[in-house]
Amino acid sequence: MTIDLAAAPVDQPPAALAASRKSGGSFGRYVLVRFLLMIPTVFILVTLVFFLLRLTGDPITAALGGRLPADQLAERIAEAGYDRPIIVQYLEYLGQIFTGNFGTTLTDNRPVGEVLITYGTATFELVVYALVVALIVGIPLGMVAAALRDRWPDAVLRVAAILFYATPVFFAGLVGKLVFSVWLGWLPVSGRADARTGIALNRGDGTGIYLIDALATGNGAYVQDVIEHAVLPAVTLGLVTAGIFLRLVRTNVIGTYNMPFVDAARSRGVGEFRLVRKHAYRPALIPIITVIGMQIALMLGGAVLTETTFEWNGLGSQLTHYLAARDYVAVQGIVAMIAIIVAATNFLVDIIAAFIDPRVRY
Amino acid sequence: MAERTLLDRLPVVHQLRQSVGLQRGMLVAGLIMTLVFLLCAALAPWIAPYSYSQLRGADGVNFGAQQPPSADHLLGTTVGGFDVFSRVVWGSQTALLVVVIAVLLSVFIGILLGLVSGYLGGWVDRVLVVIADAIYAFPTLLLAIVVAIAISGGQSDLWSGVMAAAVSITVVFIPQYFRVVRAEVVRVKSEAFVESAKVIGASTGRIMFRHVLRNATRTLPLVVTLNASEAISTLAALGFLGFGIEPTKAAEWGFDLNRSISDVAAGIWWTSIPPGLAIVFTVLGVTLIGESLNDLADPRLRARRRAAKSRTPADAVAATVPTAREELGEVQ
Repeated sequence: MTIDLAAAPVDQPPAALAASRKSGGSFGRYVLVRFLLMIPTVFILVTLVFFLLRLTGDPITAALGGRLPADQLAERIAEAGYDRPIIVQYLEYLGQIFTGNFGTTLTDNRPVGEVLITYGTATFELVVYALVVALIVGIPLGMVAAALRDRWPDAVLRVAAILFYATPVFFAGLVGKLVFSVWLGWLPVSGRADARTGIALNRGDGTGIYLIDALATGNGAYVQDVIEHAVLPAVTLGLVTAGIFLRLVRTNVIGTYNMPFVDAARSRGVGEFRLVRKHAYRPALIPIITVIGMQIALMLGGAVLTETTFEWNGLGSQLTHYLAARDYVAVQGIVAMIAIIVAATNFLVDIIAAFIDPRVRY
Repeated sequence: MAERTLLDRLPVVHQLRQSVGLQRGMLVAGLIMTLVFLLCAALAPWIAPYSYSQLRGADGVNFGAQQPPSADHLLGTTVGGFDVFSRVVWGSQTALLVVVIAVLLSVFIGILLGLVSGYLGGWVDRVLVVIADAIYAFPTLLLAIVVAIAISGGQSDLWSGVMAAAVSITVVFIPQYFRVVRAEVVRVKSEAFVESAKVIGASTGRIMFRHVLRNATRTLPLVVTLNASEAISTLAALGFLGFGIEPTKAAEWGFDLNRSISDVAAGIWWTSIPPGLAIVFTVLGVTLIGESLNDLADPRLRARRRAAKSRTPADAVAATVPTAREELGEVQ
């Protein structure tokens, strides 16, 4: 928007130009303020996680204690600098994170940054699929529930939404696995792809997102395999989130449903479904977008559980693996990374909300 | 409105009388399910045929691992050789314990922080708000994991396990209570009665706890029920990720589900379905109560008999608008 204005012809009336430039400037300032607000969020979360994990002692004792003799352990601790005052270590850690260095895992000696990139793409893929499922299922059904409020479809949908919400994602995953993979044999039990497909897709030059890599090979069997593996995890995680979306859309559409302009449209003879779709839904969109943004962040928590259930080799299953191994450097890195993703998502959501609704900007 | 009796003023009873149709059905169903859960927890020693850590029967013979359901073991045995039915029943006790501790702790700390922060304001308020917002935006489960590590360091007997789970859930929930109470306190503190209390010289502490607090807690029962259900899910998720309580110390549904992942691939259903259904049942019961209370507290969502019957748009407007206005107290 601002770029257009800068290139605007000179013969425009100066007053109009000044006015439009002002509104463009306020949006720019809003974006900047929101961007800067990300910093305290990430900072607080990283700090919290750092000190909480250090409450139990240094990471080396946690990971290797009992497996190494005491003198070797002390040597390793001194080598890694964990015997220095905690505040020095903290400042050093902040500096490292700032330069993108998340440290090295203790148990298998890999750079945490590399772990994040390798497995982050898998988690990203899962969350995107799940989000698509959640949006496709949750939003239209929420609108139906609002339009048929207090009649039986609404009752059924609301109970279903609460049921989705009440079901832990890992239990839903286990039931899905039992029914569709074991009993019916329609879908694979776990993993992101069969061994053969996995080898073909992991040649190193891929994006790490299996569906794109499989499409790039042009081999239909790989594409089918990848999609088959993704169905259950995506539907499991997606349906749990869809329940939340359904409830949200229903509540907000009903909220705008009682507004005078909807009554006005109804008195002009607009049908109930068109009323929901065209009149009541749009104003309800802003809170929906905000909550969807927050849900994306929360889906990362659900992804941890889904990945463990389906042995989907992403950030979440790595987190579980490192937790079991007590490798707190890796845990700290993964959690810090998720904090950054969460803050970035919230930033994007704020920007989109401001873009749709000018009243949000200040 | 008719005069309300003492019974009527109890939180749930009042809402029960207020509700109609589906909403009443949901509330009643939720209450019954929660009651079953509470009874199960209270009477676990009498309901469960065996103890949660029992591996062999009275005759000294081992139960055996992964035995299918039979007369001796209604729901079979787990991979570790425990009786599934007994562990499901005992699990309700663990869940109840964690929920009660977590909710009590987070309500207490959350209210205190919200009250102080909202009433006193200043930089303490600003710092607390920023911290609460940061925690609030973070996936609850991940934070709970980190806190669980910090507290127990992997130790997991009954009390340290229960406390670790409860405190991790507490830390996650404090920001929610903090936000709710703080918003109310900020609203209430500018009311005339607070100013009059100041004028007659009441101390800050007295105003905070006697005048502001009493008027700032009206939405809390609702948040408590919604959080209680979330606490059960979080406990199960922690258990599922391996932060459970050792099976010999207590029964925990999430831990049992984790152990059943490999059973599922082998087609063994009885180790995973019962504890999973127990979680769904309990969370569903508490959520139904919370949802109904939430809807009943919001006049826009409360079902109304009159509006539903009207047929023409004009009737609908005539029927809904005045009541809605009245209930909302002319909002906006």
